[in-house]
Amino acid sequence: MTATVPDLLVFLAAAAMVVVGAIGVITFRNPVHSAISLILTLLGVAVAFIEQEAHFLAAVQVIVYAGAIVVLFLFVIMFLGVDEREDVTVEPLIGQRPLAYASVFVTVGGIVAMLSRGGWVTGASTVTGPTAVYNGSTVDNVTAVGQSVFTTYLFAFEATAALLIIAVVGAVVLARRERSVEGGESA
Amino acid sequence: MSVILAAGDPLYVLGVDVTVVVIAAIKVLVAFAALMGSVTLMIWFERKVISDMQSRIGPNRWGPFGLLQTLADGIKLFFKEDLIPAQADRFTFKLAPYLALIPALITFTIVPVGNSVTIAGHTFLLQVADTPIGILLLLAMSGLSVYGVILAGWSSGSKYPLISSVRASAQMISYEAALGMTVVTVVLATGSLSTHDIVASQAGGFWNWNLIRLGVVPFVIFLIAITAELNRPPFDVVEAESELVGGFHTEYSSLRFALFFLAEFMNTITMSAVMVTLFFGGPSGPVPNIPHLEWLFPILWFLGKTVAFCFAYVWFRAALPRFRYDQLMDLGWKRLIPLSLAWMLLVAGFLVSPAWGFSLAAISLLGSVALTRAFEIGTTREVGPDAVLPTVGERPLPPYVLRRLTDGEDN
Repeated sequence: MTATVPDLLVFLAAAAMVVVGAIGVITFRNPVHSAISLILTLLGVAVAFIEQEAHFLAAVQVIVYAGAIVVLFLFVIMFLGVDEREDVTVEPLIGQRPLAYASVFVTVGGIVAMLSRGGWVTGASTVTGPTAVYNGSTVDNVTAVGQSVFTTYLFAFEATAALLIIAVVGAVVLARRERSVEGGESA
Repeated sequence: MSVILAAGDPLYVLGVDVTVVVIAAIKVLVAFAALMGSVTLMIWFERKVISDMQSRIGPNRWGPFGLLQTLADGIKLFFKEDLIPAQADRFTFKLAPYLALIPALITFTIVPVGNSVTIAGHTFLLQVADTPIGILLLLAMSGLSVYGVILAGWSSGSKYPLISSVRASAQMISYEAALGMTVVTVVLATGSLSTHDIVASQAGGFWNWNLIRLGVVPFVIFLIAITAELNRPPFDVVEAESELVGGFHTEYSSLRFALFFLAEFMNTITMSAVMVTLFFGGPSGPVPNIPHLEWLFPILWFLGKTVAFCFAYVWFRAALPRFRYDQLMDLGWKRLIPLSLAWMLLVAGFLVSPAWGFSLAAISLLGSVALTRAFEIGTTREVGPDAVLPTVGERPLPPYVLRRLTDGEDN
């Protein structure tokens, strides 16, 4: 599949959303404004997913990241009242800035090097197209994702789900302090 | 049951040319205009029905039966002074009304209003977009609609709106889980996420409707959860007038207030339409054999069912007292989420085989017994001053207990 003019326009719009949002996240002084910028970035990534025919991924991106995780960020920012401008001139960790610059340079340089030398960039807007072949039959993308998650990759999927539940229960147990010990039915 | 392929809108099958773009643009414009018009009617309808139920007359000055009252109110709001509080975060304060309005507009795109229609050699569906993700768009947009409320409350720089926005974020996130799980039962029975396929699978009579096919429970859970998502009575703790003045939009005036109002009523209409789509067969219904008018009857069926739900929302508002905040949270987390989860397992089991269905029913029963026991232990547990929350059954606590808990004097 080669990219057409509408493909290019959608990509440019999505890329602009992602980049502008990402710059906003690190330049806004107010954490709430940064969180709003982050929503813009996540929505841009969702548009990019739709452009690449990964519809389900786009929906999950919006539902989970934009719809739940950033809401949680905002909830914490509002509850803890950290919406005053923080003093960033004093460094809590000495040598943090040069290290940060160095790691950004290494990461970005590495990605650029891999993109230029590896065979990742094909120029195609999508590798599967609107339909995918699963078990010899042509199905649409959402169906293909669903079938592979619940058949081929079932174990990995269930293990991830169990891991998340364990993490949540663990966090509740650790966060809860209880004086009375009778019964021992904590959490 | 075989998996139905998400066919998509037949409009785009033969490629995209100028006519197709024009038809798509007209669909968007008609949907937008119809939604705006129906919001005007809905506001009038709500005020009129409420006043009938309360033995009042209601709006009756502008137009026949007061039909133009909403228009008059809109013009009044448009020309009022636009105030921004001194303590407000100006950027977020201006942004929030649009964040409330846009998800409300987008959700309606997935609702099938009628069957397919052929104009100028192009057959197309009477819905703005039949996307492969279909009903997931509803969940995505209801997730995004939280931002309008949270940011409006926070950016007002005032206490009551802030309390309202904290309540809203907790409430809307909690009920999204139960909402998602009831949608999953519908998707399981259909085998597709597309709203067009969901409607198509319910065709052929009311006994095929998801309401009957899935048992009534998913519909009831969906109705409760969506009412909480909408912040409509009896779940309107977010804008409880007696506690929080006007809730998150207390500090808003003029056009920005009108946008919130518009978003709220638009959401009410859209969610009624989504409920009709998911559980009541959408536009399906008997079509009399009148030449050239067959396309009209599905639309009328759809409108009739949607208006019935709009009326139900007004009825809730007139008849039911507001839930207390902790009751709301208990209902969401302790009743609806376990029930929707168990019902989803049940539906999945019976779709595979009756043996699986009955064994999952037994497991769900055992689980509910364990859960009841856990709630019992939770409510009767002795709580020390350092515990995170006071006991649920006794809130709101008398002042002396509260003082002891917060001051922590007698450990």
